[in-house]
Amino acid sequence: MNIKNSIEGNNAILKAIDVRGYYKTIRGYVKAVDGCSLTVHEGAIIGLAGESGSGKSTLGKLIIGYSKPPLRFISGRVEVDGISIYNLSWSERRKVWGSLATMIPQYSMNSLNPVIKISDFIVDTLKQHLKDISRKDILEKAIQRFNELQLSPSVLNMYPFELSGGMKQRVVIVASTLLNPSVIVADEPTSALDVSTQRALLELLYKIVKQRIVKSMIIISHDIATLYQISNYFHIMYAGKIVESSSTEELINEPLHPYTKILIGAITTPEPITRKKKLVSVAGAPPNLLNPPTGCRFYHRCPYATEKCKRDEPPLLEVKPGRFVACWLYKNGV
Amino acid sequence: MASGQSFLNTIKNMLKTSIKLFLGVSILSIFIFFTIFGLLFYKVDPKEPKFASLHPPSLENPLGTDILGRDILAQLIYGTAYSLKIGVLAALIASAIGIIVGGVGGYLGGIVDDILTLITNTLLTIPSIALLVVIAAYFRVRSEWIIILIIGITSWPSMARSIRSQVLSLKSRDFIELAKLLGLSKSRILFVEVLPNMLSYIVMYFFLNIAGAIVSEAALSVIGLGPTATISLGILLRWAIAWDSIRCGAWWWFLFPGLAITIISVSLFLINDGLDQLYNPRARG
Amino acid sequence: MAEYLLSVEHLSKIFITGGIRRYEKIVAVDDISFGCNRGEIVGLIGESGSGKTTTARLLLKLLKPTSGKIVYGGKDVWTIPDIEYHRYVQGIFQDPYASLNPVYKISHLFNNTFVGLLKTTPKSEREEMIKNSLKLVHLNPEEVLQKHIYELSGGELQRVLLANSLLVNPEVIVADEPTSMIDASMRVEILNIFKDLSRKDRKLIIFITHDIGQAFYMCDRIIVMYKGKIVEQGPAEQIVLDPQHSYTKRLISDVPKLHEKFVIKV
Repeated sequence: MNIKNSIEGNNAILKAIDVRGYYKTIRGYVKAVDGCSLTVHEGAIIGLAGESGSGKSTLGKLIIGYSKPPLRFISGRVEVDGISIYNLSWSERRKVWGSLATMIPQYSMNSLNPVIKISDFIVDTLKQHLKDISRKDILEKAIQRFNELQLSPSVLNMYPFELSGGMKQRVVIVASTLLNPSVIVADEPTSALDVSTQRALLELLYKIVKQRIVKSMIIISHDIATLYQISNYFHIMYAGKIVESSSTEELINEPLHPYTKILIGAITTPEPITRKKKLVSVAGAPPNLLNPPTGCRFYHRCPYATEKCKRDEPPLLEVKPGRFVACWLYKNGV
Repeated sequence: MASGQSFLNTIKNMLKTSIKLFLGVSILSIFIFFTIFGLLFYKVDPKEPKFASLHPPSLENPLGTDILGRDILAQLIYGTAYSLKIGVLAALIASAIGIIVGGVGGYLGGIVDDILTLITNTLLTIPSIALLVVIAAYFRVRSEWIIILIIGITSWPSMARSIRSQVLSLKSRDFIELAKLLGLSKSRILFVEVLPNMLSYIVMYFFLNIAGAIVSEAALSVIGLGPTATISLGILLRWAIAWDSIRCGAWWWFLFPGLAITIISVSLFLINDGLDQLYNPRARG
Repeated sequence: MAEYLLSVEHLSKIFITGGIRRYEKIVAVDDISFGCNRGEIVGLIGESGSGKTTTARLLLKLLKPTSGKIVYGGKDVWTIPDIEYHRYVQGIFQDPYASLNPVYKISHLFNNTFVGLLKTTPKSEREEMIKNSLKLVHLNPEEVLQKHIYELSGGELQRVLLANSLLVNPEVIVADEPTSMIDASMRVEILNIFKDLSRKDRKLIIFITHDIGQAFYMCDRIIVMYKGKIVEQGPAEQIVLDPQHSYTKRLISDVPKLHEKFVIKV
């Protein structure tokens, strides 16, 4: 089930098919990602949205092959530029990280060693992937890239402790593009920063794809309004599953899955419509993923739930061209 | 720590959850029972040289004899009891000083904290072994209480540091602020809200201190600066080394005391580790 | 025109740090003044470092002002004994997991309230009062009271904390980022409870947040803070739809919206 075959072919940079990844804990396996499929095309910026515990960060890691214990890759297939990631050994994967697919983890700006100059950090990082390149060439490349993105290369001579959070995040993002990966997965790239810096970072991420520095991007976030600014396609995750996939405009204007409706309905932005909005609340919390329920995982909180929802898990089906929903309400199409 | 469960049930659950804790407690218990039963039933005088000298383990002397013909099993029983006693008492003293210095400094802050921290940090930079040796050498005759006091007084700084940082971090926690908003008195906040959160750390550090004290006593004794005219595991080792037991091939003389020190320390570290596992679970939320 | 229920006059708070020599000065709150009335939801908006959290702590008497005063019901709050003041003014903090003592069960929180502020309440009434306040926040007492804090979700814990405030039945609730650490789908219930408290029970809610959209949804009036100062204050619609100060304008234009996208030049 859940194998998305309909968007095949042209310029598919990344294909993830029925990916399952579980965390091994003392109490058993936490089924964080339980059968998710998605495709990323060239030029796409994908928004992977969900609340905490939905599995979006885990899916981000699994997509680039970062299945480090306690996270275990259970089943499924991931191809990037035609290369099947899980057929590679861990050390082979390490070689392709950076140049094929790369991840910018959450709070990565805090992982910069405060006493190592930015230029040294970049040189060290790149040398791990390209053995024969000289320091001079690396720095030239870096300066060129900074200029391409309209950022001042003077940060190269600075130390992380001299930089603001936003500047550090920018450095990390630019560094991740230096090997021109085909896909970048950015996990909550704008969290813990002030609003204006967040906007600047979003613009940077957008430029990176539009200027074809990288071929595609997946941005993971809980903030749909943020993703709306630059994504062209959305996947909404709930309790380890993708429940809706659709283009940005269609998702915002006409959410189909009951969970997506609640999520969109709960967004408050400083726009006139918010004032008149009646936010609808939903009781309960996501199910425990140690022992997820059979049937639809949203059953207990869904205002449209039926007996069938409790028994059978709805598959992710294409109900309109390019629109996928996992909900029995749409078993006969929209 | 669940306030609703009975104490026994809580302990049982803890032992079930952490293997390390279970192992550590088991091993330590074995030693304690060994000591108690030994003292009660094995009526051989450890100091009386009435057996054949340097005799390997036999039915009459299960752990052999030393060069003076004294029974090693008896010595081990007395020695273990003695070392445990010194360990626990020294740890109590170190913990008491550590809790007071760390707690007062952390809770009061300001200049009091600055002064106490200065003292603590200065003492921390002095290697405790060196301090121990210097102070011990000062006394010609060292009673057990002097040893206990010396070890206690040189090992409180690290505990004071961790207690202080615990208190500091708890002081500004939201639930303490909320307790103030709800009208609770300062002393109630200290005893009912703050202290129980620190209990786990205090207990953990206490066990670490015991291990440290036992090893310190052994270290002092091995170089001849331990308590005079008594038997402890360290003193046993000292005699074994001083009388060249290794060259003589009298493995039973140095092996058992050495093993005892090592295994007791390991069991205490296991307890500490197990408690850490319980109180600081990795995956949360 | 009429006297304010709770007001702040030229309030400042300066933190001095730096060890024995005490040389570093941080001006967290810089000469702010505003007033609030019963039945209002007043939003205090700012980014990190704006001084909004320090203002919250000052309003709750958890910090002493360096200068200026806070006035409740016509009296300087520092002339009112804490045990009386906190019957009128309560607080909700940002992290529900940090607001409760992890060593105890949920019931401990309510017991504390009865040991402290409500110690004159007869013991026979206490259980009933706890049950009622939990029901007001749509929680089942049987399912909640005997649990430990990590067995409940963030949203449920915040509601527990709200229920505890309702036990005290204050006139003012100072809510410091009450939903920032809670998932979107669970926020709405809490926000709606605040709205009811304001509309139906005529309580004053001081709602502190960095999320201007949420403030726009919740608040009647908005006060915008930046680096310890108030840069602008007024009715919510005016502040958000017609901001005057340059900081406010920049703040609102940089917040992502759903009906227009950022224009990005490539």
